[in-house]
Amino acid sequence: MGLTAVFGSGAGTSSYEDFHHTAFILLVGANVAEAHPIIFHHIMKGVHNGAELVVVDPRKTLTAQKAREHLQIAVGSDIALANALAHVIIRDGLYHKDFVNRATEGFEEYAASVKTWTPQRASAITGISAEQIESLAHRYAQAPTAIIGWTLGITEHHNAVDNVLALINLALLCGNVGRPGSGLSPFRGQNNVQGGGDMGALPNRLPGFQDLSDPAVREKFSRAWGVPIAEQPGWDQTRMFEAIEHGRMRGLYVIGENPIQSEANSEYVRHLFESLNALVVQDIFLTATAEMADVVFPARVSFAESEGTYTNSERRVQRVKAARRAPGQAQDDLWIVASLARKMGHNWRLQEAEEVFDEMRLLTTNYRGMTYDRLEKEHGLQWPVPEEGHPGTKVLHERLWAENVSQKAPFNPVEWMPPAEQVSKEYPFLLTTGRRLAFYNTGVQSNVYHHPHNTGEWMEIHPQDAQMLGIEDGEVIAVVSRRGQLEVPVRLSETVMPGTVFMTFHFPDEVMTNLLTIDATDPRSGTAEFKAAAVRLERVAVVTADGDLTSNALSSRIRKEDTDGHSKFGSLPSRVSSS
Amino acid sequence: MGTSVTLTIDGEEVSVSQGTTLREACDQVSHSVPTLCWHENLSPANACRACVVELKGSRPLVASCSRIAEDGMEVMTNTERVRNARKVVAELLLSTSDATLAPDLRHLAEESGAQAGRFSGGASWEQPVRVDNELYVRDFSKCILCYRCVEACGTDAQNTFAIAVAGRGFNAHIDAGFGRDLPESDCVYCGNCVAVCPTGALIGKTEWDMRNQDQWDENKISVTETVCSYCGVGCELQLHVMDNKIVKVTSPMDHPITHGMLCVKGRYGYEFVQSEDGLASNS
Repeated sequence: MGLTAVFGSGAGTSSYEDFHHTAFILLVGANVAEAHPIIFHHIMKGVHNGAELVVVDPRKTLTAQKAREHLQIAVGSDIALANALAHVIIRDGLYHKDFVNRATEGFEEYAASVKTWTPQRASAITGISAEQIESLAHRYAQAPTAIIGWTLGITEHHNAVDNVLALINLALLCGNVGRPGSGLSPFRGQNNVQGGGDMGALPNRLPGFQDLSDPAVREKFSRAWGVPIAEQPGWDQTRMFEAIEHGRMRGLYVIGENPIQSEANSEYVRHLFESLNALVVQDIFLTATAEMADVVFPARVSFAESEGTYTNSERRVQRVKAARRAPGQAQDDLWIVASLARKMGHNWRLQEAEEVFDEMRLLTTNYRGMTYDRLEKEHGLQWPVPEEGHPGTKVLHERLWAENVSQKAPFNPVEWMPPAEQVSKEYPFLLTTGRRLAFYNTGVQSNVYHHPHNTGEWMEIHPQDAQMLGIEDGEVIAVVSRRGQLEVPVRLSETVMPGTVFMTFHFPDEVMTNLLTIDATDPRSGTAEFKAAAVRLERVAVVTADGDLTSNALSSRIRKEDTDGHSKFGSLPSRVSSS
Repeated sequence: MGTSVTLTIDGEEVSVSQGTTLREACDQVSHSVPTLCWHENLSPANACRACVVELKGSRPLVASCSRIAEDGMEVMTNTERVRNARKVVAELLLSTSDATLAPDLRHLAEESGAQAGRFSGGASWEQPVRVDNELYVRDFSKCILCYRCVEACGTDAQNTFAIAVAGRGFNAHIDAGFGRDLPESDCVYCGNCVAVCPTGALIGKTEWDMRNQDQWDENKISVTETVCSYCGVGCELQLHVMDNKIVKVTSPMDHPITHGMLCVKGRYGYEFVQSEDGLASNS
């Protein structure tokens, strides 16, 4: 979203191999070692080649532990840090004046906006010392090449787009975009997030990020598809939820998502879904969302049972192929959508994935030179690939380094806002969420294999806090937010700061973390603030010697240990295979 | 960079760019040397000595996998000394390790005319099989201490540093720290050690079980290249499928993203795909 606003396309500007030879790597809100392990291999290759790695993260993650410097920032204060870095860089004349003059616009306004962001002011908000901020500013600005990488620590906030813009501003200021070894890298959390955006699965975009508001674009697609293209953008998820709330939307067709467990404030989401007249879910499992559906379409596993492509975090489009027969009546997503259209009276042809791809690439310059054959032979291709002889593009926006830059990149001054929810006397802890290495999202995929560390969910709490509350390691406690409550075992850990606790949402059948999270959402990106919810912690009643539970015990679905002390795996969910 | 050096290999003159190893230079003139511990994506460990060549002016044979070519070097890849060294390397390894799943070692033995039983009956020591988790097995009877697993776990890829060579002489072995089982160690189960193991000493639990039950049949396994469905890195997966079941996942060593390396989810987190098996699915 932020990248689209500044550069016209929402994608990482550099390639993984740029990490190998860059001088400086700044990761903000990105636990790459756990969430993107193979990108971390590339980053560490750079570190071994001499790159300086700095990690800004509220937690001392596996990634932070490998960094030259870890800045343990207060949750949701990234803009304060970025603005103060810019303040120092401009104050000390360290910005790339030639690049700023030739390739950007709005510098004066931006410089004015960070004028008051002294390191001292930012220090009070971020918890990072003014000296560290000064030093980081100097090192980033003076590195000959530098890459800024981020993930959901930046984008799962109610001011997500501003967070991204703050980082883009920094890169523009130092000319760290559009050349080898320098760039902006959002690491995509899910296999085909980039591909979804590329294909126009955004309310205001058509394939290739082509702008729906451009009449020429609409005309092109209208002619190709033989139907008028609506001028009005559709709704994003936030708007859809609002529309359901107000009765303006009565039916929902969910493909390959489990929003009942993955969305913030899940009790509210469940309430919304219950009010629908019709809910259709297309999935490989009977997920919690599918269980609520009026109709379930059994789907094939995209990466192992169907044909198509995914696009990764470096814009590489790669072929996905069927390796096995799908069970029962499970069908390809493409077949299901087309068949549904046919049932609804539209004369859609049942096409192969490659036919659809070929139609798309003729309408989409970024993809035009890609064929299934090339994708197969060349280990995928990085867009843009404007024609068939084109080798693909490792570094985006090299045009910014041309003699005359036609479309300049604008600075976007942003102001810091605290997380939507602040700690208070009643809710004195800040809950932040994330992933752990071996597991993934709501666990639909990752809770099935027999990982030795599959012991269910736990909450990380700083030993000082635990001591203050009289909580012991391993104790099951209650966590309460304004939206819901649950029980979870705690682990004492110095990876979190005092006052902050951490959980994942990998085991929702046992610990439904998103009962607690807040659905404060950035209206521009539609992403909720999973990273900051105010909670309080309570000790729960324990089983007494004669086996009674005291009355106020919450219904607990925490995994029980078997007699050997080994955790039992959850029962294997069965694939949905017939309708 | 850019400048080249000229040397002779078995009398044949060859120019290579600065920094080229003797092994690569030998490849260029098709006088390839055998290797065991060398791996295209790992730093040379100089452990196995299978790749030794004779270098004029050097008293000992040199490891071609790591020795950098210099101007004027005279290299011989096929002298009696070299052949004898390779033969003894193979014979010593065969005397201590089970080469059933080690094609490179068996090839070296064959090519060098090694007598498998030459050193048999010597000292031996316990080489247990460690089955302590459901993802991969460590069968130390097959280990040739090539260091590949240690390097993949360390700076060459994973940077986890969960394993190292412990002990000296006969006691040298790959260890996860204090002899611990893997679940108690720093291991994160990426299986990158398994991917680079040349002897089957590290082997997926599924493959291990199936081999033990005589069910593993290479002829029935098809390999399909696709892309991982977890995070957005885009790792290419090779799904090894037998009887419609995924039995192993690897990644191509020459892939620009993975270089053959994966994370635990990509390599082992595939069971969800086939979780209908054994349950009624055609109702």
